[in-house]
Amino acid sequence: MTATPARVILICSGKGGVGKTTLTANLGIALARLGETTVVLDADFGLRNLDLLLGLENRIVYNAQDVLEETCRLEQALVKHKQEPNLSLLPAGNARMLDWLTSDDMKKIVGMLAERANFVLIDCPAGIETGFRNAAAAAKEAIVITTPEMAAVRDADRVIGLLNTQGVAPVQMVLNRVRPKMVANQEMLGVSDVTDILALPLLGLVLEDEQVITSTNRGEPLTLNGSGSPAGRAYMNVARRLRGEEVPLIDPSRERRGLRARLMGKIRRTTGLF
Amino acid sequence: MALFDFLQHLLGLQKPSATTARERLQLVLAHDRSDLNPELLERMRREILEVVQKYVEIDIESGDVSLATDDRVTALVANLPIRRARPLPNHSLETRASANPSDPEVLASGDTPEATPSPSAKAMEVEEVAIAIDPAPSP
Repeated sequence: MTATPARVILICSGKGGVGKTTLTANLGIALARLGETTVVLDADFGLRNLDLLLGLENRIVYNAQDVLEETCRLEQALVKHKQEPNLSLLPAGNARMLDWLTSDDMKKIVGMLAERANFVLIDCPAGIETGFRNAAAAAKEAIVITTPEMAAVRDADRVIGLLNTQGVAPVQMVLNRVRPKMVANQEMLGVSDVTDILALPLLGLVLEDEQVITSTNRGEPLTLNGSGSPAGRAYMNVARRLRGEEVPLIDPSRERRGLRARLMGKIRRTTGLF
Repeated sequence: MALFDFLQHLLGLQKPSATTARERLQLVLAHDRSDLNPELLERMRREILEVVQKYVEIDIESGDVSLATDDRVTALVANLPIRRARPLPNHSLETRASANPSDPEVLASGDTPEATPSPSAKAMEVEEVAIAIDPAPSP
């Protein structure tokens, strides 16, 4: 369907809860908005959530398992996003799939998706067990997402080692949930600390942003309506960089000044003191 | 507690927690990446010290064999302060002398060399040995 071969990108972290699925959902929408035909594959068969974050949970009829068992065609299983028709989701099967799914099955599914899209994003399960290995076997490149926390960085390092041995390249990094104020006070690992330790190129920097939670509540990823939230902009920039655009990274310390200035402005307005 | 932390920080009594995190992470990752368990590392450390001690007297207390990591390359770093060089064992000198009795130099030197080291050898030296370990391929 497409002339150039699809980019098959694994989104993984090792540790759970650092933002894999949120990144997959936002990146999927962002790439679709930039005109790329994109498929997101929920490879977290045990604990699937990608459908929920995309707001597609009520529209699932078939899933990856049905496609593999040939009880339906791939087209029937793909759930097209209403607002961004460039984006489709292939939902995960049930947790029992973990017992029999092999890396060849995974390669087969991904191969089918790659024929019909520019980008295939694989939302990887947490951990480094079979689920991760199967997903990694089907991917060409990877984005490792981590937060500036000890456990997340350590687990990311394990994952990077495994990706290297599996020949997945390039591997890039998204640093998530950075709190500029804490970094400035040297109470949180900074961007260069994490990039130095993991020795990976930084694809994106996402600041802690409460709107991620509200957008999840609604099933509308932040990149969907260009809300201008800091995290939404950061995810959009990740998508642009993935396509080869040069987008400068945000400077966390400048964001911090922005926040403080905003706060001071609010105090000024409410108190009328100065 | 936060105020106490802040005061300690202010007085320079406590490192910022980000610094501690970075140091701890670098150490734990060096171990993770090399796939060496602490028991194996300890055994290797003892054996390295034994070998080195054959040749030089080292300060066991301050000697240190550990893993360090930089840019995904893990290195075994030994920091062994040397007290002094060990005198060569006497019997080896004797065998050498008897094997070559006509050697004019040996005959001319008369008595065996002093077993005590020269004063300069007494100075503490720090020997750094670094062995790079390739990231271990996982099975």
